[in-house]
Amino acid sequence: MDIGLILNQSITQGLGVQAVIFALAAIGLNVHFGYTGLLNFGQAAFLAVAAYGLGVTVATLGFSLWVGLIVGVLAAVVLALILGIPTLRLRADYLAIVTIATAEIVRLVVRSVTLRDIFGGSDGINRFADEFYALNPFSSGLALGPLTFSRNDLFVVVVGWLLVLLSCLIVFLAMRSPWGRVLKGIREDEEAVRSLGKNVYSYKMQALVVGGVLGCLGGFVFAISSQSVQPDNYGTDLTFFAWAAMILGGAARVFGPVLGSILFWFLLVFINVTLTEAVRVGYITFIDGTQVGQIQFWILGLTLMLLMIFRPQGILGDKRELAFDVK
Amino acid sequence: MSSSEKQQEARASLVAVAQEPGAPKPDPILVAVGVQRQFGGLTAVDVSRFELQRGTITALIGPNGAGKTTFFNLLTGFDKPNEGEWTFDGRSLAGMPAYKVARTGMVRTFQLTKALSKMTVMQNMLLGAPNQKGENFFRGLIPGIWSGQEKANRERAEELLRHFKLDAKADDFAGSLSGGQRKLLEMARALMVQPELVMLDEPMAGVNPALKQSLLDHIRELREAGMTVLFVEHDMDMVRDVSDWVVVMAQGEIVAEGTPREVMQQQAVIDAYLGEHHSVSLDSGSGS
Ligand SMILES: Nc1ncnc2c1ncn2[C@@H]1O[C@H](COP(=O)(O)OP(=O)(O)O)[C@@H](O)[C@H]1O
Ligand SMILES: [Mg+2]
Repeated sequence: MDIGLILNQSITQGLGVQAVIFALAAIGLNVHFGYTGLLNFGQAAFLAVAAYGLGVTVATLGFSLWVGLIVGVLAAVVLALILGIPTLRLRADYLAIVTIATAEIVRLVVRSVTLRDIFGGSDGINRFADEFYALNPFSSGLALGPLTFSRNDLFVVVVGWLLVLLSCLIVFLAMRSPWGRVLKGIREDEEAVRSLGKNVYSYKMQALVVGGVLGCLGGFVFAISSQSVQPDNYGTDLTFFAWAAMILGGAARVFGPVLGSILFWFLLVFINVTLTEAVRVGYITFIDGTQVGQIQFWILGLTLMLLMIFRPQGILGDKRELAFDVK
Repeated sequence: MSSSEKQQEARASLVAVAQEPGAPKPDPILVAVGVQRQFGGLTAVDVSRFELQRGTITALIGPNGAGKTTFFNLLTGFDKPNEGEWTFDGRSLAGMPAYKVARTGMVRTFQLTKALSKMTVMQNMLLGAPNQKGENFFRGLIPGIWSGQEKANRERAEELLRHFKLDAKADDFAGSLSGGQRKLLEMARALMVQPELVMLDEPMAGVNPALKQSLLDHIRELREAGMTVLFVEHDMDMVRDVSDWVVVMAQGEIVAEGTPREVMQQQAVIDAYLGEHHSVSLDSGSGS
């Protein structure tokens, strides 16, 4: 077995663009669920509308990348309002149902044949980020210890992690402010907060918008890093990986989603490459290389279950503040 | 308990008031007319007229299921009536959402205590402070904008907590408090809103006897500080001890009103209670 190869690939993925995308998605979810208690099971839709907002504005309509980014953010805000207006006055589970359905609707609309001229159907939209790569200040790629990135990847990853840090700073500042205190109150008991004169509906809406906009940055990174948006990248598994990352790292903690995302991608690749190597060398004979893809998720799922049993608040979480009841 | 000036004032203001349901008051802070709430076929509240005298401690009593909590919910915007109008300080509140009602100066607590147990006692208190600049998302991001106000709020919270003997617990999670301490915290937190009218739904329920006495003192102090208090209570001795006026509800309606001494002797009250549980002795002398 090539231990070096296993570690190289795992670490590169754990710090790579996937980890950035899911960290941003999970930071947004953390504002929704971790701090406010909103059950958003459609985070993929926020990434999707941002990515498509960018792609359509640049590739289909011919505006610049910067206009595309603004359109993407506006699309995320509008999506939050559409999700929130009918549901945030109702019980928490209604938001859960509406978000999961809306995310699928968004995906099916952008991949539809009828709207192919705008969204590109199942092929999506491609090559709209040249303006971004033209700004690349790096003259070459990076090969530092286990980390290897091409010149373009290096630029995306650096900008991506800066966005993650900026998002964490915003969450940190917001959650130590009186604004964040209202959200934490709502998470526990809306009626108590209402009885103290706070407009709970408005705060839940604000949380939905803020978490959606932070999550949508992940959509930009996803789109720009691959120079493409494709509908099937924004399915329910994106949402649930982001949930897994947030819970793994610790909800209601500023760096919880970031650590969770890094570990999630590290573990996923670690399990994959280790199994592949073990099969190749002949340590494992009862599966073949093509089955590794499925078995890696079994093992990852088992790992997450064990975590929930032994550390229900996640790695960084505070049990007194937020823990998952697994009984 | 020597009777204070405020108590004398409060009782004097009620001397000329008729001892009957819906009696008009000389200076009502709250007036409700024709408030009705039905749950399916059940009429939970049907109050044709209710006036609450400013500056008094008024007890709302009645057997379980009489509609006291529902009436609280309606008045404070936590539930919507099928019909009815009511004004607080001359301002109509019908249809106003609960958070706006609280901002007008009418703040309630809950029968089942709603201490936010995963926040600290201090955070609970600070949540009650009104008009906070830092409760706006963008301004919240810049501590310099709100830290001065926060400091002032913190000082006021510390003072209230000292008063309610919760200051040693300020940094503990509210979930670690005893049942009685949670009731105290909920009351102190309501005071952070700087209300004119405090509505307490069973503030003494589940509180140990030693703490009950101090709760009674706190209720008296609200009146001393110029607030009006409306509270729900079952224990007749407590009611007799602290209230200036008593309003009796049964089956959704107000069936009697009067001073504690006299209302207990009214036939409608005895019927309301004896219909519920025979063991209650309404006329047990002077109490404490
Ligand atoms: N949400 C509700 N749905 C149906 N019935 C209710 C509801 N809330 C209260 N009730 C009924 O209304 C009546 C009054 O209840 P409540 O106001 O809680 O009485 P109290 O506080 O005086 O004990 C009771 O018969 C109760 O069962
Ligand atoms: Mg009740």
